[in-house]
Amino acid sequence: MIGKYRGNRQAISGLVRETEVHRDLYVDQELFELEMEHLFANTWIYVGHDSQVPKTGDYYATTIGAQPALMVRDGKGQVRLFYNRCPHKGTRLTGDSCGNTGQFFRCPYHAWTFRLDGSLAGVPLKAEYDAARFAGSHGAQGLTPVRHVHNYRGFVFAKMSDAGLGFEEFFGESLSSIDNMIDRSPEGRLEVAGGVLRYMHDCNWKILVENQTDACHPMIVHQSSAGIAADAWKTPPPGAKKPMAVEIYAPFVSSYEFFQGMGLRVWDNGHGHTGVSHSIHSDYSAVPGYFDQMKAAYGEDRAKAILGENRHNTVYFPNLMLKGPIQLLRLFKPLAANRTLVESWTFRLVGAPDLLLERTVMYNRLVNAPTSVVGHDDLEVYERAQTGLLADGNEWVNLQRLYDPDEAGGHTLVAGGTSEAQMRNQFRAWEKFMALSL
Amino acid sequence: MASAPPNDQQLIDFVVREARLLDQQQLDTWLDLFSDDGHYWMPVEWGQTDPRLTTSLMYEDKFLLRLRIDRLKSNRTFSQSPKSRCHHVLQAPQVDARNDAEGTYVTWTPLHYVESRGDVQTLYAAWATHHLAVIDDQIRIRLKRVDLVNCDAALGSIQLFV
Repeated sequence: MIGKYRGNRQAISGLVRETEVHRDLYVDQELFELEMEHLFANTWIYVGHDSQVPKTGDYYATTIGAQPALMVRDGKGQVRLFYNRCPHKGTRLTGDSCGNTGQFFRCPYHAWTFRLDGSLAGVPLKAEYDAARFAGSHGAQGLTPVRHVHNYRGFVFAKMSDAGLGFEEFFGESLSSIDNMIDRSPEGRLEVAGGVLRYMHDCNWKILVENQTDACHPMIVHQSSAGIAADAWKTPPPGAKKPMAVEIYAPFVSSYEFFQGMGLRVWDNGHGHTGVSHSIHSDYSAVPGYFDQMKAAYGEDRAKAILGENRHNTVYFPNLMLKGPIQLLRLFKPLAANRTLVESWTFRLVGAPDLLLERTVMYNRLVNAPTSVVGHDDLEVYERAQTGLLADGNEWVNLQRLYDPDEAGGHTLVAGGTSEAQMRNQFRAWEKFMALSL
Repeated sequence: MASAPPNDQQLIDFVVREARLLDQQQLDTWLDLFSDDGHYWMPVEWGQTDPRLTTSLMYEDKFLLRLRIDRLKSNRTFSQSPKSRCHHVLQAPQVDARNDAEGTYVTWTPLHYVESRGDVQTLYAAWATHHLAVIDDQIRIRLKRVDLVNCDAALGSIQLFV
């Protein structure tokens, strides 16, 4: 079947205008498949954290875009990344999402075995392949490595195609948000901890990513949850300490002025963050002993600078969001035009008091779980958008808030927190990285 | 203790009534079943032992349960338009532990739970473990732990109480 978009570069670039985008970006399955082939191949996609595979033979199975992938720690301590398929018949090598495979991966189908560097270690009945010149076959090459892998201070990213930019060029100054999260550990080290929450969303992945820097929805969408929490604490019991849950929930329903004032920073290639001057994470109670640890590790000025940075959500284009002040990241895994798996991961600041991890874990549960009262209302508006966008009467999505005619052009931009500049930035990047290989 | 300790049947009846209150959405009455220090816990990991440094689907004290119930009453609760309904089918609860001296008891109840909203209905299977205590002559829930058989799966929204 000939679709509307495959082989039609002009039609694809016509979907993105300066301040509005076409609804097919969210609902069209052919475009989704083109995104997987081009956008998710030409950009650096977050895979996992190297603390998920601390020891030789540890593996973590995941997806990069639509591709099954396998991250493993080899015998030299290096993290390697392969497509997760046996070169024989395509069988995925791992069943569990993580574990330790020992010195070899062994395919459960015909017992082909592979070393941790991906090379083929053995094939049963090897002699029966001789006449077919096995050595020159795809099968003999072992596991296929993902072309480009970059381990940035523990955060492992991959780029599947040779098109696109180098890691540093692609992310540029946006890496400062990852740096700040790591620097919050007195030892400068993070570990994945606290479990993962996996929440299925019947909506396009971009709706979720856009929402990460949408500062005009919390006071509306979360009035019924965070608003009730804030109201409940307006008349606290005498002498009661504000519960951690109220500290987490109440700022969601801050005013437009609060979110406007916190600011938005936009970097080239689709990255950006809310919370330049402050954020909903700025006023959490101090954790006893933590600042002293930070002061001892970094000196007072540097410790204050690290902890004074309270960025809200940093979007790493295309499908990652990171929250430095609470050591949390969310990965928006695209499954179909109208289906996205959201994984919310948390980190321990190595060397810091457990109370920080406790808060991180509570935040994740209260906001990102399939049972979260915040998450429920977010998902509701996303899914209503997914179905509402099928209306043919108006095919355009409006992204005009705080538009600045000079905002394009690759420079770092700081705007009011209520700006939709980051969403426009994402779509400029979308067009750029799709077009690289179309 | 003023009156005789509850017998097994009274504990079982309590657990059955608790599910009925949820199905009939008498949530204020349901919340009163919890002791002041009571918690509702739905782990996210199989065999999870810690609710503090490992996240959960729910780990809620009475304050958070109260917020959840008040939210369900709000007309700005968009994910409850239309409203969800729920249905519990319990296997006969078993009394796993009795401590009449302390007035504490543990029951174990396999169950199927259905939540519906609009055109969508979803079935969950779970085990509920009730840690009960007699407080002022009343049976109260110290901890209701709900272990979904697929606790670690990628789930859609669960909006009411299993």
